[in-house]
Amino acid sequence: MIRNLWNDLDGTFFPESALDYMPVDRLREVQLQRLKAVTALAYDRVPLFRERMDGKGVKPPDLRRLEDVRRLPFSSKNDLRDTYPYGMVAVPMREVVRLHASSGTTGKPIVVGYTTDDMAVWTQVMMRTLYAAGYGRGDVVQNMFGYGLFTGGLGLHGGLEALGATVIPMSGGNSERQIMVMKDFGVTAVCSTPSYFIHLIEVAGKLGIDFKRDLKVKRGVFGAEPWTDQMRQYIEIASGIKAYDIYGLSEIVGPGVAAECMCQNGLHVFEDHFLIEIVDPESLAPVPDGGEGELVITTLSKQALPLIRYRTRDITALEARPCACGRTLRRIRRISRRSDDMFIIRGINVYPSQIETALLKTEANLPHYQIVLTRRSGLDQMEVRVEVTGEMMRDRLSEMEGLQRRFAHSIEQITGLHTDVTLAQPGTIPRSEGKAQRLLDKRKEGN
Amino acid sequence: MKIHQISVFLENRPGRLAGLCQTLAEAGVNLSTLTLAETGGFGLLRLITPDPEKTKEVVERAGYAATATEVVALQVPDRPGGLASILRELEPHGISVEYMYAFAMRKGGDAVMVFRFDNMDRALTVLQAAGVNVFKPVELFGA
Repeated sequence: MIRNLWNDLDGTFFPESALDYMPVDRLREVQLQRLKAVTALAYDRVPLFRERMDGKGVKPPDLRRLEDVRRLPFSSKNDLRDTYPYGMVAVPMREVVRLHASSGTTGKPIVVGYTTDDMAVWTQVMMRTLYAAGYGRGDVVQNMFGYGLFTGGLGLHGGLEALGATVIPMSGGNSERQIMVMKDFGVTAVCSTPSYFIHLIEVAGKLGIDFKRDLKVKRGVFGAEPWTDQMRQYIEIASGIKAYDIYGLSEIVGPGVAAECMCQNGLHVFEDHFLIEIVDPESLAPVPDGGEGELVITTLSKQALPLIRYRTRDITALEARPCACGRTLRRIRRISRRSDDMFIIRGINVYPSQIETALLKTEANLPHYQIVLTRRSGLDQMEVRVEVTGEMMRDRLSEMEGLQRRFAHSIEQITGLHTDVTLAQPGTIPRSEGKAQRLLDKRKEGN
Repeated sequence: MKIHQISVFLENRPGRLAGLCQTLAEAGVNLSTLTLAETGGFGLLRLITPDPEKTKEVVERAGYAATATEVVALQVPDRPGGLASILRELEPHGISVEYMYAFAMRKGGDAVMVFRFDNMDRALTVLQAAGVNVFKPVELFGA
């Protein structure tokens, strides 16, 4: 598969991408060697890890094989929150050249730091991410991930620049200007959250701009929120681009943990830098290859913020079989939900992705929707508000009521819950310009 | 001759109808007649305007969901039994009325009503054969 090592735009060879094809034995050796080093670093420099390892009676020299990682303690977002801001930083602060923070939905954010070497690794995994999706020199790339404390914008930016692409640092927001830039600057590739890009497709339509006819965009990398295959199909059909899934989280590095190749069949994890496990989120027991569970990551080369067995809360499955592209990196299935997005209503666990699947059974193009949870006289109620689109619109009340009933019926079939479905006027459900706000939990507001 | 009616989806919330009327006013759309069909949570506002294509464009651009439907405008004799005389023509053919509403204006001393039938083409043939006056757009809205 040597063809994959060559940039299809100008034939430039990217030595970084050769790492994606490392022989498996060599890859495991590198992982073990780095696991030993990072565990020693965490034990020596981070009190929280030392206490936890001591508590479990395990020391860095006990790690002899990769499987021994299972003897190590887990860590989580709470640990970063509890030691805010610098409690888990493993190097003197003078070594830290970059800080980012993830917006906490509750209380304080969490802070992540990078040394010069960490920055080099981040740039490298971003280049490999973008290269796998066919980006290269000659591309004009509109980066719509937020610049600032969020890792998305600057993470992509570093990789794009290192790759030699022309990068337009747009950030999100101001949708009409995004479309204008896309058209006038001759943009060939984009980086965005999937929900924001879908919003842009709508905006372009309103401006009378046809993505396929009026724009030159050929590909996009999408991430930073769970999405579905149906959303990908919608993006690819409506805008005529190839849409690739990318994955990462600020705590681990930002974007650049895993990325899809041209096969669009799962995301290759950059295993030389990240050791992955899939565990049952309840029992924490390992899940066999192919089974669904929570992704747990140990950073193998991070210096400023090494994390041991970090619980991502992202639900996925490991695909150990080789990919047609020839990369030796194992793949994870698209992350369509987070274990903490789950909400419990009348004792039943529900994931927003289940509601999405139900809506898609009735309507081929996913309408904009929001789940609203309320409490009426002590009883939890779930309402799903669905925006009526031009395609859903009928002149007869009975047909519109029928649509409402079909939505409610398929939600009940999938979740087992009776739901009130409300049809809403287009544009009345709030759209955040970044991540989609699918869930509005009003149960805590008194009642 | 069939005319086009534009139906717009509206939520049953204060100000939603006023908002749509404002949109139409700003675009200079003249409402010839309209009716609101509503259920618990939402309503369908059905509009007859001189330029349905433009009306649909205006409301869609303003963010509403809308659809065009074929209806007919009939001359209904303004006397007891006037409407019944028309409906009687359709009954033997198994054609039923889905909904109907009146125009604000009159023609030749008679009422003008908008009808949606379950079988529009058949209804037209029957009505024309029975001598019911089916209005053309130019008769309703002028040239």
